[in-house]
Amino acid sequence: MMAEDGIRLTEEEQKRRRSRSVALGLVLGAIVVLFFWVTIAKLGANVFKRPL
Amino acid sequence: MSLVTDIHDEFGAERRPNVSMGTAGDYFELLKPRVMSLVILTALVGLVLSPEPVNPVIGFAALLAIAVGAGASGCLNMWWDADIDARMSRTSKRPIPAGSVTPGEALAFGITLSVGSVLFLGVITNWFAAGFLAFTIFFYAVVYSMWLKRSTAQNIVIGGAAGAFPPMIGYAAATGSVNLDSFVLFLIIFLWTPPHFWALALVKSGDYSAAGVPMLPVVRGAAHTRLQILLYTIVLVPVAIAPSFMGFGGIAYFIVSTVTGAAMLALAIKIYRTGDGEGANKAAMQMFGFSILYLLLLFAVMLAEQSFGFGAGMTRALAVFFGGVA
Repeated sequence: MMAEDGIRLTEEEQKRRRSRSVALGLVLGAIVVLFFWVTIAKLGANVFKRPL
Repeated sequence: MSLVTDIHDEFGAERRPNVSMGTAGDYFELLKPRVMSLVILTALVGLVLSPEPVNPVIGFAALLAIAVGAGASGCLNMWWDADIDARMSRTSKRPIPAGSVTPGEALAFGITLSVGSVLFLGVITNWFAAGFLAFTIFFYAVVYSMWLKRSTAQNIVIGGAAGAFPPMIGYAAATGSVNLDSFVLFLIIFLWTPPHFWALALVKSGDYSAAGVPMLPVVRGAAHTRLQILLYTIVLVPVAIAPSFMGFGGIAYFIVSTVTGAAMLALAIKIYRTGDGEGANKAAMQMFGFSILYLLLLFAVMLAEQSFGFGAGMTRALAVFFGGVA
């Protein structure tokens, strides 16, 4: 059966992997927000200057 | 067929492959958060010394990049020094010797953050600051960790430069250059590092000796180390007061740097006079603990002065203090 193939994680391993995944997700989200605000800060008032 | 049947131990028996056991906290610990917090403070002071106002968002992002770069170099240091860390009581519980993060994971984490922080700093500020950060990471991870630490008793003197660069990087991020003021901030941390670490090394010399690290007390003995602590402190204290006379430290900085400097000197003399006698370890640990507070206070007061705009030098500060013409 395919479900039995591969490595079966213990409960502790799953818990630790989840902790890494959640932290990574939060960091990536924070990076997106940071890049957005840095872009706005770098562009300054020019952000409104675009051809209509 | 299982995916793991081709993994065997040295006796041919099937074994389970390593599964990463690191938590988010373990990875955070790889960044040496306490060192990182000091880097944030010192780099921030370098940033606010800039004559040009810095956009708060850019300033925050630059600080973050510098802090992550410092953390990355700490991570690479832990990767390289895992064998030493495992043999010392103070460091044996770090993520790699404790077995929660593998050396390969730490190396990948350190390199990724190093490259990312340098590129990010370059894009948002300037490439001089980014190059400076890259050099600092290289200096700490390669020059200090891989070369000096295991080969000379002057390891932390020269290697300490890496920990002293952040105020200059902060200033460079804001202005694209460095100046004498930022160099003096570098010098304060550079001169502070030897007495700070040697005080700890006096107490932990057995650990360092067992791990084969040629720290000064191991190579030259405790008496020579105590003398060196005193000499470095004698040089450090006036340099730490110097900003008051250079135009970027005010009256509060002058008072704090003088009073705490006197306390540092008193502790260094106490270590020197106590010698190997009773209370030697206590005196050394007092110096180690107070030196952290000393550096923290110097930079925190300077930051407060710069932030509230009264860090324009002794003359002006004194004039303001006594109600004269500023």
